[in-house]
Amino acid sequence: MIGSFVHFVSASKASGLREVDAPNSLVVHFGADRPLQMDAGVSLSPLTIAYQTYGELNANKSNAILVCHALTGDQHVANKHPITGKAGWWHNMVGPGRPIDTNRYYVIASNVVGGCMGTTGPASLNPATGRPYGLDLPVVTIKDMVHAQAMLIDHLGIDMLFCIVGGSMGGMQVLQWVASFPERVYAAMPIATAARHSSQNIAFHEVGRQAVMADPDWRQGRYLEEGVIPTKGLAVARMAAHITYLSDEALQSKFGRKLQDRSAPTFSFDADFQIENYLRYQGTSFVDRFDANSYLYVTRACDYFDLAADYGGSLAHAFNGCKSRFCVVSFNSDWLYPTQASRAIVHALNAGGASVSFVDIETDRGHDAFLLETPEFIATSRGFLDAAARARGIAPAKSRAI
Amino acid sequence: MTAKTRADNAKRAHTIPARVDLLLIADMVEPRSRVLDVGCGDGTLLRLLAEEKEVDARGIELSQRGVNDCVAKGLSVIQGDADTDLAGYPDKAFDYVILSQTLQATRQPRKVLEQMLRIGRHAIVSFPNFGHWRIRVQVAFGGHMPLTRNLSCAWYDTPNIHFCTIQDFIALVREIDARIERGVALDHTGVPLGFSEPWIWNLFGEQGVFRLTRKR
Repeated sequence: MIGSFVHFVSASKASGLREVDAPNSLVVHFGADRPLQMDAGVSLSPLTIAYQTYGELNANKSNAILVCHALTGDQHVANKHPITGKAGWWHNMVGPGRPIDTNRYYVIASNVVGGCMGTTGPASLNPATGRPYGLDLPVVTIKDMVHAQAMLIDHLGIDMLFCIVGGSMGGMQVLQWVASFPERVYAAMPIATAARHSSQNIAFHEVGRQAVMADPDWRQGRYLEEGVIPTKGLAVARMAAHITYLSDEALQSKFGRKLQDRSAPTFSFDADFQIENYLRYQGTSFVDRFDANSYLYVTRACDYFDLAADYGGSLAHAFNGCKSRFCVVSFNSDWLYPTQASRAIVHALNAGGASVSFVDIETDRGHDAFLLETPEFIATSRGFLDAAARARGIAPAKSRAI
Repeated sequence: MTAKTRADNAKRAHTIPARVDLLLIADMVEPRSRVLDVGCGDGTLLRLLAEEKEVDARGIELSQRGVNDCVAKGLSVIQGDADTDLAGYPDKAFDYVILSQTLQATRQPRKVLEQMLRIGRHAIVSFPNFGHWRIRVQVAFGGHMPLTRNLSCAWYDTPNIHFCTIQDFIALVREIDARIERGVALDHTGVPLGFSEPWIWNLFGEQGVFRLTRKR
């Protein structure tokens, strides 16, 4: 019954919030002398950024790769996740011998501003009030996230990143990086992304936010002080969003109309179908690791993203004179950020004269394909990075001691 | 025509041993220029141009495998289609736009050629000559669509939907107000024909390689 499902969700502790103030990550604090100037017209200070690194920075600091995470991802790219205990979200791509080879590159991944894994976000303590920010945190944009990352990269003493890689919202950060700091990006891989959020994209996000805010436990965003968590709303938001990450074919082949542990429908509103059970599981497991207000902020950041708008409406102008090498990747069954959205980026890069490769990977796995073991995608990434590293003069991976 | 058959065609075209037309095309390109190869296959020509002529090499290729091969070689190649993806490039973006063994497989050869001349200062085109005497003999006396070493697909299975003769091509160049700067016809062994009479090319040339530019 939906009642028991909701009860189960409510009963689960949002243990993820323990990472907000004391993350299992490296952290850097920027004080009042280094505020983050935000798009909303205010400055954020103090600012904490939580991040992970893998591999070693070489002597001339030419081998750094910044990995930008997607909407509900985090900095735990290639290590065991501190909350879920699962492998890092991009372990297929990042690690020894992987395309982003940690024996060759120095890999940096930070939690975005507005996140809930240690970087300043709505669950963080607002020093001005002594309470969690809640909705007092200014609305965060993709540009704000990127400017905060640039502060981290400065802190690490790196002038130019060898490559910036990211999928989905991470891809938006890649594009924003190139537009904001073209001289600091040698190569860029925007994956399964778009240069602006479409009306449909905004619509899906709004459904998710309304689900969160309709939960009586949301308490106008002040739930942490009141000792409750809007788990029901957040779980529903995740369920709706999760559908958009998969293709119709993938859902059909994985679940079809198969029933869950029963041979006939029960004529009730219980999770008769496997797909229902699967989505409920996705919803409940999500609330264990993610903050509801944070979900509002990161979805809003994507909605506000329209890179061309800052350049007189012309995306090509955003990339004018850009010297970075690009590899744009889309997946043909991704209907969230469809191939056409990547083509628009490619056309703008071509118009700006940039060096760009573009691959539309054939897969039935939808938007999530960039997170999965998709052989053609892995091969493309490896080829692009290897070639760019040769051009950049980065030494091949050290053979490990036997 | 499906994308797959076109990709297959491109693959076949690029597996012909020692593509003499590629060397001839390379010969028509100035060093250190900007080049776009449309239908670049696995990047053989682009790599040749990048290494021998130090050009800024870019490509468009339909097949995923071809694009992956190119990207792995460090070439800048986008997955796309000659018929639709040239429109996105600005005027005079390249010194040379190359279309090798692909013209006959495009949906709108005239438009493709016009786009090439818009985005490039020069266009270089190589194509199989449908006026070659073997082909004429097969149609005239065999009464069937021709099958040759280079054109080995049955009529119902071929990605090549717009065959032309060298003579037809020259007429099209005139019609779109372009000028032939250089031209070569190759015989069936891939050796350039000694004579330069158009009718000899049209009869004995198995393929033509032309460099074009706009008249003004």
